[in-house]
Formats: sequence, structure tokens, C-alpha cells
Amino acid sequence: MAINKVAVIGAGLMGGGIAAHVANAGVDVILLDIVPAGAKKRSELALNAVERMLKTEPAPFMEKRNAKRITCGNIEDDLALLAEADWIVEAVIEKLDVKQTIYRQIDSVRKASSIVSSNTSTIPCADLMNGMDESFQRDFLITHFFNPPRYMRLLEIVRGEKTRSEAVATVSEFADHKLGKGVVDCKDTPGFIANRIGTFWIQAAVVEAFKSGVTVEQADAAIGRAIGIPKTGIFGLMDLVGIDLMPLVSKSLYDAVPENDAYRTLYGEPELMLKMIAEGAIGRKGNGGFYRLNKDSGKPVKEVIDLTTGIYSAALRQTPDSVRAAGSSPRALFEHGDAASAFAWQVMSSTLVYAADLIPEIADTVISIDDAMKLGYAWKNGPFELIDKIGAEWFAERLAAEGRAVPELVRLAAENGGFYRVDQGRLQYLAADGAYVKVERPPGVLLLSDVKRAGKPILRNGSASLWNIGDGVACLEFHSKMNAIDPEILGMIGKSIETVSKDFKALVLHNEGSNYSVGVNLGLALFAINLAAWPMMEDMVKQGQDAFKALKFAPFPVIGAPSGMALGGGCESLLHCDAVQAHAETYIGLVEVGVGLIPGWGGCKEMLVRGLTDKRGGILGGGAMPTISRLFQTIGLAKVSRSAAQAFEYGYLRDGDNITFNRDRLLADAKARALVLAVDYHAPEPKEIKLPGKSARVALMMAVRGLAKTRKATPHDLTVVDQLGLVLTGGKTDTTDAVSEDDLSALERQALTTLARNPLTLARMEHMLETGKPLRN
Amino acid sequence: MQIYKAPLRDMRFVLHEMLDSEQLSRLPGFEEATPETIDAILEEGAKFCEDKLLPLNRVGDEEGCTYENGVVRTPTGFKQAYDDFVGAGWQSISSDPKYGGQGLPALMNFVIEEMVCSTNIAFGVYPLLSRGAAALIERHGSETIKDTYLPHLTDGSWSGTMCLTESHCGTDLGLIRTKAAPTGGGAYSISGSKMFISAGEHDLVDNIIHLVLAKLPDAPEGVRGISLFLVPKFNVKGSGASAELGPRNGVSCGSIEKKMGIHGSATCVINFDEAEGYLIGEAHKGLRCMFTMMNGARLGVGMQGLAIGETAYQSATAYAKERRSGKSLAKGAKSAEAADPIIVHPDVRNMLLTVRAYNEGTRALAYWTALKLDISTHHPDAETRRDADELVQLMTPIIKAFLTDRGFEGANLAVQVHGGHGYIAEHGMEQLVRDARIAQLYEGTNGIQALDLVGRKLGLHTGRLLRLFFHPATAFVEAHQNDEALREIVMPLAKALGKLQQATLVIAQKGLGDPEEAAAVATDYLKMFGLVAVGYMWAMMAEKALAKAGDDANGDARYYANKVKTARFYMYKLLPESASLFLRIMTGKAAIAHFDEDDF
Repeated sequence: MAINKVAVIGAGLMGGGIAAHVANAGVDVILLDIVPAGAKKRSELALNAVERMLKTEPAPFMEKRNAKRITCGNIEDDLALLAEADWIVEAVIEKLDVKQTIYRQIDSVRKASSIVSSNTSTIPCADLMNGMDESFQRDFLITHFFNPPRYMRLLEIVRGEKTRSEAVATVSEFADHKLGKGVVDCKDTPGFIANRIGTFWIQAAVVEAFKSGVTVEQADAAIGRAIGIPKTGIFGLMDLVGIDLMPLVSKSLYDAVPENDAYRTLYGEPELMLKMIAEGAIGRKGNGGFYRLNKDSGKPVKEVIDLTTGIYSAALRQTPDSVRAAGSSPRALFEHGDAASAFAWQVMSSTLVYAADLIPEIADTVISIDDAMKLGYAWKNGPFELIDKIGAEWFAERLAAEGRAVPELVRLAAENGGFYRVDQGRLQYLAADGAYVKVERPPGVLLLSDVKRAGKPILRNGSASLWNIGDGVACLEFHSKMNAIDPEILGMIGKSIETVSKDFKALVLHNEGSNYSVGVNLGLALFAINLAAWPMMEDMVKQGQDAFKALKFAPFPVIGAPSGMALGGGCESLLHCDAVQAHAETYIGLVEVGVGLIPGWGGCKEMLVRGLTDKRGGILGGGAMPTISRLFQTIGLAKVSRSAAQAFEYGYLRDGDNITFNRDRLLADAKARALVLAVDYHAPEPKEIKLPGKSARVALMMAVRGLAKTRKATPHDLTVVDQLGLVLTGGKTDTTDAVSEDDLSALERQALTTLARNPLTLARMEHMLETGKPLRN
Repeated sequence: MQIYKAPLRDMRFVLHEMLDSEQLSRLPGFEEATPETIDAILEEGAKFCEDKLLPLNRVGDEEGCTYENGVVRTPTGFKQAYDDFVGAGWQSISSDPKYGGQGLPALMNFVIEEMVCSTNIAFGVYPLLSRGAAALIERHGSETIKDTYLPHLTDGSWSGTMCLTESHCGTDLGLIRTKAAPTGGGAYSISGSKMFISAGEHDLVDNIIHLVLAKLPDAPEGVRGISLFLVPKFNVKGSGASAELGPRNGVSCGSIEKKMGIHGSATCVINFDEAEGYLIGEAHKGLRCMFTMMNGARLGVGMQGLAIGETAYQSATAYAKERRSGKSLAKGAKSAEAADPIIVHPDVRNMLLTVRAYNEGTRALAYWTALKLDISTHHPDAETRRDADELVQLMTPIIKAFLTDRGFEGANLAVQVHGGHGYIAEHGMEQLVRDARIAQLYEGTNGIQALDLVGRKLGLHTGRLLRLFFHPATAFVEAHQNDEALREIVMPLAKALGKLQQATLVIAQKGLGDPEEAAAVATDYLKMFGLVAVGYMWAMMAEKALAKAGDDANGDARYYANKVKTARFYMYKLLPESASLFLRIMTGKAAIAHFDEDDF
């Protein structure tokens, strides 16, 4: 059964977010809520939710127009609309009776075989179904999304005793393919997987911090990089989520877990936290939390609370010795022995032991738990992967040395060398019976990490590698720091083209970094400029142009498969591909003007050629100026798409490029696309276009000068976009001359040479490198 | 014989003609530092050094310092010379007038420092350390500390030291064991033992102010846990003019070292036994403060290298003109004498010109850097100040290491020119070698300087420090490479500069992935940088000299002609070494890393 229409009941944070994300997937949604007392409009809760989400950052909608896919209504007047829905998601308040009342209402109108699910995070499926009709129970399951639904990849699915398998399969497939979620099947146990362990983890940190006297800053530094936790740490995470939620969440878990559960011994409500909640110090949504910004002196000062006195003082920003020494090694952190180290060990060891003890209670495999923590709590490693990183044997020995019980599963892992192993190039996990079992990927999932485990690269240097991903397709992986494009990557492009020409049918550009590429290695470029190494700098520009040009005209199709940021040179690499298969969460842009430069690796050239020619290479009618003006704005304002969908709007993606929602499916989709294009492939012909030349450049600048007068553009902005104008209008040409792609490359080089010698550009580059923010000079 | 006449003409050329010293008097606070004043100071300084310090150089070497029962005596005549030195105000030329200094540019200090060390490097150690201590206190001390100690360090009645090294650690200061315990009232009790303390104990002054690195009880590990304390030999009561010496503090000199050179300088073991001290700067951040002193001292040590090179050149030249041996091979040379002075021989000339070209080139580099130091403190524009300061930061390891290596090489060549006579004590050449040697070691060995350059200075702000050297140098080359007369001098520089840019980029790239790659070529790189930087100085000097080539108003035509000829010598005989260094740098660490520890 296909899901063509979805309904969401409850227009709160979660319900609204789920509706928005379904709309992102191109599926129509009905969003209903109650009619509040004294409502001006009967559907105002849903309407307001959509209105609010159009302004929310990070944006729930991938494109604003997706909001039009949502039909707003209320359950009193519009219940009948549910008859159209294939899947109805309930996301109302966590009260059993309210939910069951809604279910009965839903059941009275829903069409036969439609599926109903609840987004509950605390109520067991069995309780929800208690007393419901059998037919309803067959169509019902729990779909637990994480906040915010667009961005958090975890979806926990819990089936009831009577739930029919087809309902689970249908929703799982929809969530996986259309919504891009990582679906983890859970048992009907309290908090399911992620929150069961996550809540224990947070509570363990709170208890240990109050007990050990470690400071908030030390605690957050300790539970950080070495363990693979986002740098917000635990107290920072509570500030983000809202401290007021903590007692509710922990109480509900306390009530629900079995009596001998380790969580029960941890549970407690520290007085200071209750006081903070009473005073509204509930985190970022309130007036600060464990951290706050004190703006009394004019300049905001980051302050942090003292857990014993409750008094705020300026953050010290000192990295504990153990954290500095440990780097990314959790074991080094635990072995160090200072206060932060001891804290980290107490919190993490008890959490990891807890996780191990919960198999098979909450999950049958370590994979489910690892996946849930990675996708739902943004841990870099799941609990069992983390134990492997620490060393299962070391971990077990230390627990034993401290007189603590070693969970059976940990003992097995310690004896056998870990929870995971690679056997004949295939990843295996340790099952509860002590056997290693192959990790199976669903059909349509191809992970570069699996390819890498299975063999050696065809080519490799410090920044990039070429892999064989099967069926005659090769994959070029960037792996420099932040996947910044450097001479080694450019060199690897050249070598890859030689190899692929001989031995393969097609090439995919793809990597599993959090960002596809943040663009040119700016530090290297600035360094060369600081050295006044002009010939070397010009070589670097030329080398990039030549490498991307060679990709474009290679005798085989090249498919870009980006995820995350694809900026500057990263974007330019995609612009030279035959087609792009982008992950839905891809943020593309030519951002060079932010650092006082313009796109110089063919970014201007490709955008112009795309904008001015049709698919067969013919010059489009209607004059070049509208396209030039549009590009002048897009590149001049360094516009970055906030999703892959939006990249079409800016012209970074074009007809023929596609989007994949599930990151795990990206490479397989790109490969499939590459194989289609490889049939009878002919490389494109270089094109010529006509550009208006100097007069148009002057016209473009007239408009910008107006902005400068109103201080919307700085003097250096004018200098930079003037060079952009030079390239986009074709330099010294006029409409009678044909401008070749190579002419445009030469203009890009000329403009960059000019800008690189400008001290204000240097200041912008330096500022970006040192602060991560653009300088407005 | 050690021969020295201060090279005033050359000093004036660099100061006035190359660097436009008038810009100094345009800096707020330096209005009095006009070219006329500068010249007058140079002449007086020259006289003092030539007359008072040079005669003591040999005495100091032969007699050395003596130690008895914790008391250290300097060689005969040092005390008198020191009193005359401070009495004439040489100690305080560039000190803050607020504390009794004369407020002249630091550049003047550099020039005087050069003369002092050319004539008596061992003597020069005492005032150098006092000035360093004063600079540190001025920058990081509390007002009370400043009022108490600075007037005395400025007038030279007290002297200063820096106490870093301990018997088990020198460079790696994170390992120090000296402890500081708070005793209340802002005072600390300091206990531990320091060694290699120059001027740690002596009889030239009434009180000695030690700046000591020590660890507080709650100190974090390593270099992030080092604090800086001021510990006087005699406790001081009151402050400013009313300061009085109190009882002896728990500071004593355990012994002095027997060493290779600078015998007149006391190198002491200093013991602190619950000595009273005062925190300077913030707790645990003492190393940063100490670097104020160390950076100044590093530049000063660089000047010692140049200074020795100058005396070496003058002494060797005099000998080469006098000593006769062999006949000239030059076409048409037919002297009636049985033998010609050895200066006719190309090999001897080559040696002398090598020393001279380095002396004049590094003098320009040192004064150029010193001028930036003054701009960094006195220029009204903040950005100009920052740029100047960063250039000084970049050049400091180069000045320290490159100049001291060249100074040692110069002293060695002077021995060589003297033949066997250089090896015996009588001519004073072997003393120059021994005295020069220390400058390559203290204030951070030259290997450490090279690591500072590649490990810290190169990467700082993504190479922003480099911009301050490479942009003007490249602009100069671009502006003059088509200049008919200058072309033959600029082209070799252009080539070497290009190679240096390439080497820098390669080191930065390789070093990011593997710091050992950068460390393995650091010394080669520093030398290459030094060679190119001095090449840039020579090109600038040649440009000025060529412009004045016909100007013989003061009988200077020959001077200018020589300047251009020496520039050419530098470009074709010395700068080419950068090409071989380039090859060595490109090889990276491979040839070194192949060895296991056990292979040695």
C-alpha cells in the first residue's frame, strides 16, 4: 500500500514539525488540532503552527512553498478529512484518555486499511490499545519522532501485539524512503531505546556532577570530543532542550521502569534545578540555564552557574588537563585521573553498563541501540561502538577492578575482541549468544564505509581516494579536513579520470563526511597570498579550473552525490558534473564573496553557460541580461540553499538533478543514475555564449552603488562584486563576439588575481578562518 | 690583536640613508631622536667602547670571575667600567623617562649594544639582562613593583636576571620543580635551585633582582602551570626614591660555572631557600610574561653575533694587510717584495668578504627590525603598530640564530685568516671564537629558534606575519627587476625569494599533516630565510648606494662603490647557498627518519 496522503493530529512542536517534513517529502498533509476556547478562527492552532514554522530557525520547511501542501483544520469541523488519509499520526498531549478519545474519533471516519500511529514518547503501546477495537489495533503502531523532525534522523517504531506487519512495513518504508529516517524497531518498553538510555545518561551526569563537585564547564568538557558527544555537552544539552522538562521526563521514566532497574537508584531532583525552574532559569528558551549570557556590561559575557552555590560567574573556558591530553581517545580520558576524567568515567561507564544490561529487554541487537543513540542523540559512536573504541577488555577489567558487575554481554565482547569485527571485509556484530552475525544492509543501501571495509582504494593520497563501488562505477572520496579542496584533491581528480577512463563506466563524487566539501582550503590560499606567492596562487586557481574542466569533458558520466554543505569549490565541483543526486539536506552555495573573492574554479562560467544555453547547447533567446542580473545577485549575495530543494531555485541544481531523502540510500541512487547515463554516453561539447561586456558591467554596478549609499553594501563589497560583474558580463567583449568557456575561465583568473592582492580581501579571509564568520569591511 | 673601530660610516648609512632615521623623530615621544642627536650618541658610544671596554676584553677572558663563599668577583676593571658605563647613561638610553631613562628609541640601544659586544661581550651580558628585566617589569609588573624596582634598574645601581633553567630542564620548562607558596599579603615563599643564571651574582651593583619561574601549589601540569616571581637578593623596604635595602633574602649563589668563553660573565647556580618573592602577571601565566624578556634578550643576543663578526673582520683585515706570504697570482702583479700581503690571495679575500658582507647585511637586518620595534611601540596608528610588532615577532628567531651563526662563522674565519697565529691566545682570535659560541646556545639554542620560526611564527594567523616580510620584499623585486643598474643584484634575489616562498608553502603543507616534517627542516629553513632576508637588505642598500654613486661630497664615493660591490659579492657568492638549502628542505625528513634510535 502506498501512502499518498498523511494526516497529523496535534499542531504542537512535534505534530507541526512532522506535518512540515511530510510536506517536504512532496506529500499532502492534513493538520488538525482542537478548537481552543475563545478562538478567533476555529482552525487557528494549525494555522498558527504553519505560520510560526515559516519563521522558525532551523527551518522545518525545506522550501517555503511546501507549507501549501498542508491543509489546516480542526477536529470538530474537519474530522471527515481524515477519510482521505493513508496514514494518520497522532501527536497530542501525553494523556492516555485524551489519546484514546482521539483514536475513537479517528476510527469513526478513517478509511479501511489506513494506518494510525502515535508519536508518544512515554506511553506504552499496550496501554494505548487497551480497550480499542481489534480492527483499530491491527492498523495501529507507535512512530516516535525526535525533535526537530526534519533534522533528527531517528524514528523509533513500536508495534503492538495485534499490529499487522504490512502496516509496519508501509510506514517504515515511507519513513525510510520519503522522509529519510533511520528506522529502528523497538520493543514496547519504557522510553523505547534512545530516551531510555539518554535519560539515564543525563541523570547520571547530573547526579555525579552534584556529588563530585566538578564544575559545569568541566563536566561539559569531559563529556565531549573524546567520547564523541556534540560539544554542547550534557548541561548545554539540558539548556537547549529545556531544564523544566527534566523532572517530567525523569519522573515518567522512573514510574515506568521495572523495580530493579538501575535508573531507579539514580533518580532524584536536585534542589538547585528545582529552584532554577521556579525562577525561570530553564535554559535558552528562558532566561538562561546552566549557562547564560550576561549583557549587563554592554558586551555579552558567557556565565556559568556554580552547582553548589547557584551563583553565576564568568565562564573560565579552561580545558581540563585530561581533556586536552585525551584528544579523541576516550580511554586516555578515563585513564588520566583528574576531576574531569573521573567524572567522565563515572557517567559513561554507568551508562554503558546500563545499555549492555538492557539487551534483550529493550532491543535484541547492539545495532539497534547504537543506531538509536547515533541518530537520536547525535552520538558519534553508539554505546557498544564506544566500548570497542575504549577497548572491551580494558573496560571489563576496570569494572571488575572497581568491584562492579560486568554485564554478560560486555564479558563476551571482552573475551572475543569487541562488539564488532570485520571478517573477510564484512562488518559483523556480536549477538547475545556470543556468535558474530553479519550486519545486513537493506536493499538500495550502499555505504561507502562498507566498501572501504571490504577492500583497498584504487588510488589514494592524503586528501582523496578512489574506490570501486561495483558494477563498473568508481567513487571519488574527499577526506581532507572538512573536505576542503586542496591541491591533493585536485591532483586526485586528474588521476581518477585516467583510471576511470580505462577501467570504469562512470564516476560518483561522494563522501560520508558531515559536509560534502566546505570549498577551497582557504588557509592554504591565504597562506600563499600572505607569502605573495602570486605565481603559485595563480597555479592553484588554474589547477582547479583544469581539474573541474577535465571532469566535465571526461569520456564517462560524472555524478555528484553531496550531503551537508557543498560550498564554494565544493559547489563548483558539482556544477561540472553531468548530474547531481543530492541528499535532501544539502546546503549549496557559491560563497566566495564572503571572503572577498569570486568563484574561480568555473563557478561563474558554469552558472553562465547553464543560464544562457538550452540543453542542446543552443543559445537561449531573450538576451543575456536577465540571467546575468540573477547570477549577479545569487553569487554577489553568496546565497546558500537551505536544502537541496532550494538549490534548484538558485540554479545550483538543474533539471535532471535529483534528491534522495535517506542519506544511506544516496550512494546507491547516485550509482544507479550513473549507470543509466553511462549507456551511450557522449561528453558534452564546449559551448560559446554571447555576453554584453562593459556597458552591462556598469549597469550592474549602478544598482549596487545604491545599496552602498544605504550602507547595505560596504566599499569592499563594491570592489568584489565589480570583479564578479567583470566575469559575468564577459570582460572586454560585446554582444557580437562569442565568448568561450576558456575565455570565461581566463576572466575568473584575472578577477581573482586582482582581488587576492587587495588587503581588504586578505582581512576577510583571515577573519573567516579565525572566527568562522564573514567580515563586513 | 683584537682591533675595533666602531663602523660609524656604515651605521650611519643604514640608519640615515637606508632606513630614513628621520621617521623616528616623527614618532610621538621620539621627537628628540633627530639624525644629529643619533650621530652624537654614536660617536660618544664608540669612544667609550673603544677606550674603556676593548682593553678589558682580554683581562676579562684571562682572569674570569671568581667565586668564594657565595661571593662572586668580576675581573679587574669591570667594576670601574660598569660605574662609568651607567654613570655616562649608557644603561638607560631607551628606558622610560618616568623611571629616569632617556626615552630614546630602542634602535639606539641596538647600535650601542653592537659596539659594547664588539669590544667586550662578557661585560655586555650584565647591562643586557638588566634591561630585559626592566622591560618585563614595565610591561607586567604592578605599579608598586614598577615604582620600587624600575628606577634602580634604570640607573644601573641594581641589576636583573632571568631564572628559568634548572639542572634537569632548560628548554622544556614544563618540567621545572621550583615551588612558590603564598605566605599572605601578596608575598610568596620561593624554594628551588636554578642554574646557568647569567649575572646571577656579582660585585657590580647593590642589589640583584631575579625574575624566577616557579610553580604554585595548585598549578596545572606543564607550561600552563608556570608562574613568574620577582625575587630580590636584598629585600626592599619602601618604594621609589625612598626604597631602602633591607636584610638579605633567602637567595644565594652556590657556584659559578667554568666555561668555554665569556669568562668575565658570571654564570651562576642560584639557590632559593624560602626566599620572599612577588607574583608578576597572573598566576600560571608566567611564561607569557617571561617571553617579553626573552624576546628582547633574543634580539640582544643576535646583536652579539654581529658584534663579534665586526671585530673579527677588522682584526683579520688588519692582519691580512700586514702579514706577507706568497706572491699574488693576479695578472700584471709584480711587486719587488719577496712576498705580498696575504690579502692579495683570492681565498683570503673570499673569507674577508664573506665576513664583511654578512656583517653589513645583518646589521641592516637588525636595525631594520629594531626600527619596527620602535614603530610597534610608538606609532599613532594601531594597525601600523600591530604590523610592526608582528614583523619583529617573525624576525626575532632569525635575528637570534642567523646572526649568531654568522658571528661564530666570522670569528672562525678570522682565525683561519690568521693561520696558526689565530689559534694561539696572543692575537685574541681564539677568544672571539670561544666568546661567540655561547650566543648560539643561550636564550634558546638556535635549533629552538628554528622550531619557533616554523612551528609558531609561520602558522600564526595563517601566515599573516609572513605577509609583513614577503609583500614588501616581493614588491621591491617587482619594482626593480627591470631597473638596468640594479638588475644584476635584484635577479638573484628574485630567484631566491621565489624558492623561499615555495619552501615555506611546502613546509606549511607538510607540517600540518606531520609536524616532524617541519621540525626536520627547521634549521635549514631558518638559514634560508636569513640568507634571503639579508639579500633583501643588500638589494635595498645597493639601490640607495647606486643612487648616490657619483656623490663624493664627503669623500663617500668609494664607500658607495664598495657597497654596491659587496652587494654583488653577496648575491653571487653567499646567497646561492639558499639553493642548496632549498633542495635539503624539499627532501624533508626522509633521510633522517630512516634511522631507529638503536642505529645511533
